[in-house]
Amino acid sequence: MGDWFQPGWLDDFLFTYQNLVYSLGINGLLALSMYVVLAVGQLSIGQAAFMGLGAYSGALMSVQLHWPFWLVLPASCIAPVAFALAIGLPTIRLSGVYLAIATIGLGEVLRAIYLNADSLLGIDLFGGPMGLSGIPERAGVGTIYGTLAVAIAVLWLVGRSRIGRAMEAMREDEMAAQVMGVRLRRYKMGALLASAVLAGLAGSLGAHESAFIGPGEYGFQPAVTILSYALLGGIGTPLGPVLGAWVLTLLPEALRGIADARMVINGVIIVLVVLFLPQGILPMRLRRSAAPK
Amino acid sequence: MLAQQLVNGLLSGATYALFALGFTLMFGVLRVINLTYGFYFSAGAFVALFATRDLGLGIWLALPVAAASAGVIAVVIDSLLLTRLRRVGAPELASLMVTLGAVLALYAAASIAFGPDIRRLPPGLIPPAALEFGPVRITLAQILILGVTAFLVCVLLWLMRRTRLGTAIRAVAERPDAAGLMGINTGRIAALVSFISGGLAGAAGVLIGLNFNAIQPYMGEDMMLRGFVVVIVGGLGDITGAVVAGLLLGIVEVLTAGYISSGLKEAVSFLILVIVLWTRPEGLFGQATVRRA
Amino acid sequence: MTEHVLELTGLTRRFAGLLAVDGVDMAVRTGTIHAVIGPNGAGKTTLFNLISGLISPSAGMIRLAGEEVAARSASQRAGLGLARTFQNIRVFGSMSVLENVLTGLHTRLHASLPAIVLRLGSARDEERRAVARAMTALDLVGLADRASVPAAALSYGDQRRLEIARAMAPEPRLLLLDEPAAGMNPAETEALAMLVQRLRGLGATILLVEHDMGFVMGIAEHVTVLNFGRRIFDGTPAAARAAPEVIEAYLGHKVAARLAAKHA
Repeated sequence: MGDWFQPGWLDDFLFTYQNLVYSLGINGLLALSMYVVLAVGQLSIGQAAFMGLGAYSGALMSVQLHWPFWLVLPASCIAPVAFALAIGLPTIRLSGVYLAIATIGLGEVLRAIYLNADSLLGIDLFGGPMGLSGIPERAGVGTIYGTLAVAIAVLWLVGRSRIGRAMEAMREDEMAAQVMGVRLRRYKMGALLASAVLAGLAGSLGAHESAFIGPGEYGFQPAVTILSYALLGGIGTPLGPVLGAWVLTLLPEALRGIADARMVINGVIIVLVVLFLPQGILPMRLRRSAAPK
Repeated sequence: MLAQQLVNGLLSGATYALFALGFTLMFGVLRVINLTYGFYFSAGAFVALFATRDLGLGIWLALPVAAASAGVIAVVIDSLLLTRLRRVGAPELASLMVTLGAVLALYAAASIAFGPDIRRLPPGLIPPAALEFGPVRITLAQILILGVTAFLVCVLLWLMRRTRLGTAIRAVAERPDAAGLMGINTGRIAALVSFISGGLAGAAGVLIGLNFNAIQPYMGEDMMLRGFVVVIVGGLGDITGAVVAGLLLGIVEVLTAGYISSGLKEAVSFLILVIVLWTRPEGLFGQATVRRA
Repeated sequence: MTEHVLELTGLTRRFAGLLAVDGVDMAVRTGTIHAVIGPNGAGKTTLFNLISGLISPSAGMIRLAGEEVAARSASQRAGLGLARTFQNIRVFGSMSVLENVLTGLHTRLHASLPAIVLRLGSARDEERRAVARAMTALDLVGLADRASVPAAALSYGDQRRLEIARAMAPEPRLLLLDEPAAGMNPAETEALAMLVQRLRGLGATILLVEHDMGFVMGIAEHVTVLNFGRRIFDGTPAAARAAPEVIEAYLGHKVAARLAAKHA
């Protein structure tokens, strides 16, 4: 399938569990995109929207412009970042509630645009309700998990540094962090942009492994599902949300076919975690510099 | 033609205002972004559906029954979700997350229980007669909607400004600890505000279900974006703001549908939201304390 | 080094008709312990918040080491050498003692994102130096042996020390202490006084707000008294104690008059 990272035995395994393996990798990336925002104490429900932007822009670059994948993948982050700036810049200086509300709306609005843009503008770009198909399958296990591994490594290293300390300080007590010189707006905007990049990558990778995307995949419910990944796993380390994503991705295998039941579970998880288990199931913290003996 | 559209716009605007009222009340008084609000909206519509279809009640009885039922449901669910958070003084984002998870779980559960199909209220609830004022035609149903909305707004304003209860509510809104020290039972006020808020949502659900003749479990979710726009444009927590912004949004939406495209209604609403966030985030009537460092 | 590390000129802050701080002039000399006192509601906390940048003035000027900072944000002022503690202690409970102090060094650390991700030697060296500085600060307050303990597990008094260590680690030009003795018993207050004097001995300049008169009179070299947002006295602690306007502010003018008559 054009990706030289896959040895023979992996091929057989993949054939049987292909979609699951891909989903685990991509949902891991999405969970990380939620993690960076929660790590600075903000709430953005826009990950699915950014994912959709990455998916659609990446797919269009491959299908219409025929760009090579190594160019498409990073370029898929441009649209999500642009929208993140448009929503983030005005709301960063306000109470966190405004960012949350603005991002909730974004996904639904974009969905309406993907659905209607073609008929409105008399073009044939977005594919309307049928979505886009025939996207070249350029993203294999290697690319997806490679991206995930790099993301985890980067976030881990950053988390253990002065930047990670500043983020945790902001999360705990903004006022104290401020008087210590932490520039709140810069970190909040940085986190939002990072989350847009991660979600955009996830979207583009997803589009290039499933060959088909539709407007209904990036709305409100996927956005909340992503939140439940991060809350379940806990945001002490970047591994927490990824683990939460894996648990919640594997879970529906038992509840195959009942999408609504899955939403009930996701919703209940969020409620329980916020009310009773604010650390998530993995109450680990990134241990930073050890004190000298 | 334009006049008719303006009337239609005012009509849907009135329902948006009614929908937003309870939501802004919850925030203004209890400092919570209560997303389960959308569920009470759906619940009211469903109760009215059962009341009229299965119990044969007329609309004049079904409406208050639905509103009261939604109010009771609201008190139960809100106290389950929010009491603990309120007592701990949790940040607003916590209530947003909890209610976000809860509302999706509730929608999904309702969808499992009642099925996702669109239902309609039994025909003939309101005689299909209409009044004509020159080029403008208003049906009795629309008059009912406008009338009920206006009535409820007036009652709410009277309650808040002219009664002792309203003063107690406003005291809790401004300084909950001080209000508590003065002998106001904040827990009971919170329950009362939940009831009023849920009741308003339920009433809005019945009226909108009547106006668009479509009732399904997720209808609250469809309304949420409009609710956000109205509440932010009007100013979070401001009653008159919600009314004015609701009417304006209704008119803007109808004009967009008429002169541009009906598929872009949501996008225009969201654009208004973003513009307001950029220029005047406290909304038309809010206080400028919304901005921070 | 400038003679006055902090100069306030005509500093005013209005809250919808209430003048919380009204045209206050004040100068803090480098290397001294300067106290701001006054009855409840006199505007001391507001003054502190104005100086540290958490609220902006309605009028007036704030000069930090000669530089006008009224328009700068709180985080920018931290970068210019301002540090503060809070009346209701704000340590980062989930972080360890050492991590708290390292956070205090935020403005002194400059490793870039690429350097961190690529684990460049420059970034690692900077981190090592930061740990050393943090441990020195912890030594100063006597918490070095508990560096790995989560801050939330410390006693109240120790948390206060941690807050001070965190504020002192970046060697600030001016340290603001907001009611440092609040909630402390006499023994703890005494230890705190000694700590503050030791800091001054090391060259720090300290501005503090405090209600505990014994604490203030014992260590302050200069005192500014506020009442109703206005400065009513500025001078040595001994002079403040005897000044009629100060007595009147605290005890009311009837008592002040009676005292004056008695000593006439």
